[in-house]
Amino acid sequence: MSLDLKVDGQSEDRAEGYAQGILGTPMDRPDGEAKVTGAATYAADEVPEGCLVGMLVRAPGHGRIEVLNLDEVRNSDGVRAVIRDPRMIRNAAQGTANQAPVQGVDKADYIGQPVALVVAESFETARHAAHSLKLRTDGSPGIVNPEDAEPEGEPDTTTGDLDGAMSSAAHSVDVIYTTASSVSAAMEPHATLAWWDGDRLTVRSALQMLKYNRNELADSLEIDPENVRLLAPFVGGGFGSKLGISADAVAAAIAAKELGRPVQVVQHRRQVFETVTRRSETRQRIRLAADAEGRLSGIGHESLVSNLPGEGFAEPVAQATHFAYGGAHRVIGERLARLNRPAAGSVRAPGEAVGVTAFECAMDELASDVGIDPVELRLRNIPDKDPESGIPFSSHMLERSLREGAERFGWAARDVAPRARREGEWWIGTGMAAAFRVNLMMEAEARIALSPEGAVVETDMTDIGTGTYAILTQIAGEALGLPADRVEVRLGDTTFPPGSGSGGSFGAATTGNAVWLAAQEIRQAIAQRMNCDEADLTLKDGTAICGNESRPIAELLDGGSLNGHGHVTAGDAFSDVRQSTFGAHFAEVAVNDVTGEVRVRRMQGTFACGRILNEKTARSQCHGGMTWGIGMALTEGLTHDRRDGHIVNRDFAEYHMAVNADVPPLDVHLLEERDPWSGPLQAKGLGELGICGAGAAVLNAVHHACGVRVRDMPATPDRVLAGLE
Amino acid sequence: MKPFDYVRAEDPAAARKAAATAGATFISGGTNLLDLMKLEVMAPDTLVDISRLPLDGIEDHEGGLRIGATVTNSDLAADMRVRRVYPILSRALLAGASGQLRNKATTGGNLLQRTRCPYFYDTDTPCNKRTPGEGCAALGGETRNHAILGTSDHCIALHPSDMAVAMRALGAQVEVEAADGTTKLHEMDDFYRLPGDTPHIETVLQPGDLITAVRLPAPQGDRQVYRKVRDRASYAFALVSVGAVIRMEQGRIAHAGVAFGGLGTKPWRDPEVDALLTGNAPSRELFDEAADTLLRGAKAQDGTEFKLPLARRVLRATLEEATQ
Amino acid sequence: MKITLTINKHAQTVDVDPRVSLLDALRGELGLTGSKKGCDHGQCGACTVLVNGRRINSCLSLAVMHDGDEVTTVEGLANGELSPLQAAFVEHDGFQCGFCTPGQLCSATGMLGELEDGWPSHASDSLEGGYELTEEELSERMSGNLCRCSCYPGINAAIRQAAEKDGAA
Ligand SMILES: Cc1cc2nc3c(=O)[nH]c(=O)nc-3n(C[C@H](O)[C@H](O)[C@H](O)COP(=O)(O)OP(=O)(O)OC[C@H]3O[C@@H](n4cnc5c(N)ncnc54)[C@H](O)[C@@H]3O)c2cc1C
Ligand code: FES
Ligand code: FES
Repeated sequence: MSLDLKVDGQSEDRAEGYAQGILGTPMDRPDGEAKVTGAATYAADEVPEGCLVGMLVRAPGHGRIEVLNLDEVRNSDGVRAVIRDPRMIRNAAQGTANQAPVQGVDKADYIGQPVALVVAESFETARHAAHSLKLRTDGSPGIVNPEDAEPEGEPDTTTGDLDGAMSSAAHSVDVIYTTASSVSAAMEPHATLAWWDGDRLTVRSALQMLKYNRNELADSLEIDPENVRLLAPFVGGGFGSKLGISADAVAAAIAAKELGRPVQVVQHRRQVFETVTRRSETRQRIRLAADAEGRLSGIGHESLVSNLPGEGFAEPVAQATHFAYGGAHRVIGERLARLNRPAAGSVRAPGEAVGVTAFECAMDELASDVGIDPVELRLRNIPDKDPESGIPFSSHMLERSLREGAERFGWAARDVAPRARREGEWWIGTGMAAAFRVNLMMEAEARIALSPEGAVVETDMTDIGTGTYAILTQIAGEALGLPADRVEVRLGDTTFPPGSGSGGSFGAATTGNAVWLAAQEIRQAIAQRMNCDEADLTLKDGTAICGNESRPIAELLDGGSLNGHGHVTAGDAFSDVRQSTFGAHFAEVAVNDVTGEVRVRRMQGTFACGRILNEKTARSQCHGGMTWGIGMALTEGLTHDRRDGHIVNRDFAEYHMAVNADVPPLDVHLLEERDPWSGPLQAKGLGELGICGAGAAVLNAVHHACGVRVRDMPATPDRVLAGLE
Repeated sequence: MKPFDYVRAEDPAAARKAAATAGATFISGGTNLLDLMKLEVMAPDTLVDISRLPLDGIEDHEGGLRIGATVTNSDLAADMRVRRVYPILSRALLAGASGQLRNKATTGGNLLQRTRCPYFYDTDTPCNKRTPGEGCAALGGETRNHAILGTSDHCIALHPSDMAVAMRALGAQVEVEAADGTTKLHEMDDFYRLPGDTPHIETVLQPGDLITAVRLPAPQGDRQVYRKVRDRASYAFALVSVGAVIRMEQGRIAHAGVAFGGLGTKPWRDPEVDALLTGNAPSRELFDEAADTLLRGAKAQDGTEFKLPLARRVLRATLEEATQ
Repeated sequence: MKITLTINKHAQTVDVDPRVSLLDALRGELGLTGSKKGCDHGQCGACTVLVNGRRINSCLSLAVMHDGDEVTTVEGLANGELSPLQAAFVEHDGFQCGFCTPGQLCSATGMLGELEDGWPSHASDSLEGGYELTEEELSERMSGNLCRCSCYPGINAAIRQAAEKDGAA
């Protein structure tokens, strides 16, 4: 049996009336103890007896690959195989691809493409042998810089006459912003352990979306997905980089089959930079036309992004621009340059992370031009319905976010003019930005077995750090009237019902609703045994109460167990109304007048994402997003060699993500909200909202501090200095 | 990593002897050497472990200090004499790497750490420093952490050390025991070589030479400032750094020892800059002239152009702070 | 090569290829997979362990160079129950994915010892000593441990709480 729900309309908020009282609380993570003792096992943490170690080998150039010393390496001490199999994949699969990405090792489309796997008895031997393999390539790099490509893409969404609006506008902004190519850089490198049992393959890997990953792996290997089992109970961060199957998984499986032994392949950090999808660099032309009061009459947001030939993903830069602000005349769209650089794909908040950030910088420029407060500019332009489709918003929390955030930050005390505050060498300034992120729902299933000991929740959903273990515990506990310690959540195993996977901020709400539905099914069964209407049933601390009757659930189970299965899919609620999450960012920065160095001194983020399922893990997610905003604005960027497109700074010493000292105190304010359109839990995604626009608040503060507009991110000291000089 | 023989030296003589064989290299903290060996940028046949040699003391010496080669960067930065008398050295050390790395990194190893040029690290691109005669991928490539002073047509690799900049400003000497047991003293000023057409030869050391200590003379200036500019607040190499050791007498600069990081193919110090400053009263014009002198032979690439104004500004600010 | 390490108070002898890093010896030969490999090049801090009481990056050190040394890993921090620092990490959500956490915990343990020993840091105004765990000191001293989930607020709150408890005790 199963309780299925297609979310077509509004749902009733049942959780509100429930008695357990754990949903939404800042409960500690149930997986916390395992994580602080080192007991949590990630992909590379289990190595069976007799396991071989594989190392991927990168293509040093473009074109046809010739191996000059294959036999020598193959026959060297401790080496078991040098595998060059056409099924090996060129780069990680795109999120939800559900099929193999481009495969093959004969020809390299980008520098760094995995073109061989060396398998040996030990890591040291495999690493050295991989280095010893001599490869020659014969191709030219082809096109590796976006400005050299003939862009392709869908036509822009055009409404009205933007050129006309621009020329007749009282105030206008026409600017080009660029953001650098960047990476997820989850701390756990991509890693796989694979072993076969006859035709059955088991793979322990670092992955975010197992139900898709299983099909991707099976398709790559040309085997039946039924014969593939994936395990990922703990994942050391994903941020998009583990949405699709990666090169280590396919190669490990091939090697394990060929050699008849388990094989572990852990990508070296430098390989992760190249083989896993990056966030495309963007070039964004933003046009804003406004009347004398700052009311927008026109919006242009045209972007150039890039990807490797054969990849179906184009960074959806303007995803939120379509609905963020009103304005009758609009030109919005993306163009894609096909480049022989490492593949691009989803990285935390694809689209909005870079799109909202640049757009909100341009809005700041408009506010300066109009001469009004930047908060006020946003308030004046909040649309009352989706500006393009005309459908209503499921909820719209931007105004509240702006007002409450400004209040908490102390925005009112701000000097209007830039370059007004100075402390020694440092210019001090503040800036703000609005935050938007579309709310998505996928399909998910989950099951619960309720026994006298408590509930066991199972789904192949992953916890990549987002707090899945915690929130599913709370959801099941709340619905079934059990304290957290009587709920066990089991994740990351494809023998469990397929969850949504982690990505696009949809994991918590989607899989959460599946668990919720599974619990509802059990509630119905309990109600039946209590001879009451499920709506009148109260479950708390293991007791079922209906009217005057109160019975321990264990007794109702009568030695057996009750099973529930939930299945949720997105329906019309995701097209009849516009669903989004909203927020506001405020930042105070100091800019060094001598060096151009920027230090963020404090940040405030106010976010509305429907019901908050766990206040503690939610807050941590927001911290993460805001910190990524700091990185995007100030420090992070891949450098591609202009001659051949290869990633020059492919390590953590030269790719600068924020360290502890870069991150100031972060104030996070979560707005309590229910969004009935988002499903029975009334919760929306929040893992990505925190990054959307955060960098704009920082850069706008840089401008306010020292008067320099940096339109090319990251605003490293040299770029700020160029404006100060 | 290529297989190698591992030898733990029990005393300096044994260390020198073991290191005199072809393909042998000392390992001290290992934080630079192992980094490079894992990528096979360096591939010694024998590793001579000197980490347990009795070279980990800091002693008073002729009015100055003698710092053993295996003293860790942490211990050196925390030493009270260094903190009080050579604060520039503590500051430079503390501005480098991370707490963990400084606990392993040693004085000798820090001096000899190699460039962070990404093409040097990438064995799939040509590099004259790694493989003499192969060419230089950095020239015409992506530059940022590269030198603008002391470069050649063969190499623009930057020396990345912070510690060595402070030591140069202090006028340190490097104490070396040669393979034959004799002790030599090299002025820091003569210790590093310019790349020229042999960028793979970075110092005057001969095979088997063991650095036993760094000697600091009695401080020539009580005003010591180390200032480092980097891409993030911590745990990053210098874009530009300036270390200044200044003594003021009656409103004039009586001694100036100014050294630079992030600019040179070696930890940089320019006697003409010091000479220009010495004897003069501090002024903005003087500092600008010092910057002109420093940068007179600078050769920037597209990606390092920014170092010209940055060096100028940081030099000025550092000197202002040190002469106030 | 045969070496003996005292790991989490137990002496253990292992036979390793000289190329094996201390990290790989712990994770592989000794089965202590708590310590993590985030970069293998001293650039992230996930592999931080305590050697003779000091925090180091175990990836950038050879196992053979540690013959006779005392090593503490994340597995050795709990003594039957969670240490105050570990408990504070759970309470303050000082992690999300948890991958950097073993390194953060070992690093924080070593860092608090350094602070107690009066070591200065880049954030110290004076080099004369007497340092306190201000936000600047704490974040500078912990900057050798990257956390991509960006749990720095939780990490810092947890360390501060554990340090205060320790100071009060
Ligand atoms: C991520 C990262 C960030 C860093 N950031 C900085 C920074 O910001 N600033 C900075 O200055 N440094 C930085 N470093 C570099 C660090 O300071 C050096 O790695 C360290 O100082 C090297 O010392 P070691 O003892 O570990 O040297 P080793 O790696 O042991 O040796 C380095 C070289 O010196 C030779 N050698 C060592 N001792 C002797 C001796 N006594 N006699 C003769 N030869 C010897 C070795 O043979 C080897 O060639 C960073 C390093 C890393 C990994
Ligand atoms: S794994 Fe050692 S520092 Fe990253
Ligand atoms: S908790 Fe994920 S990297 Fe720190």
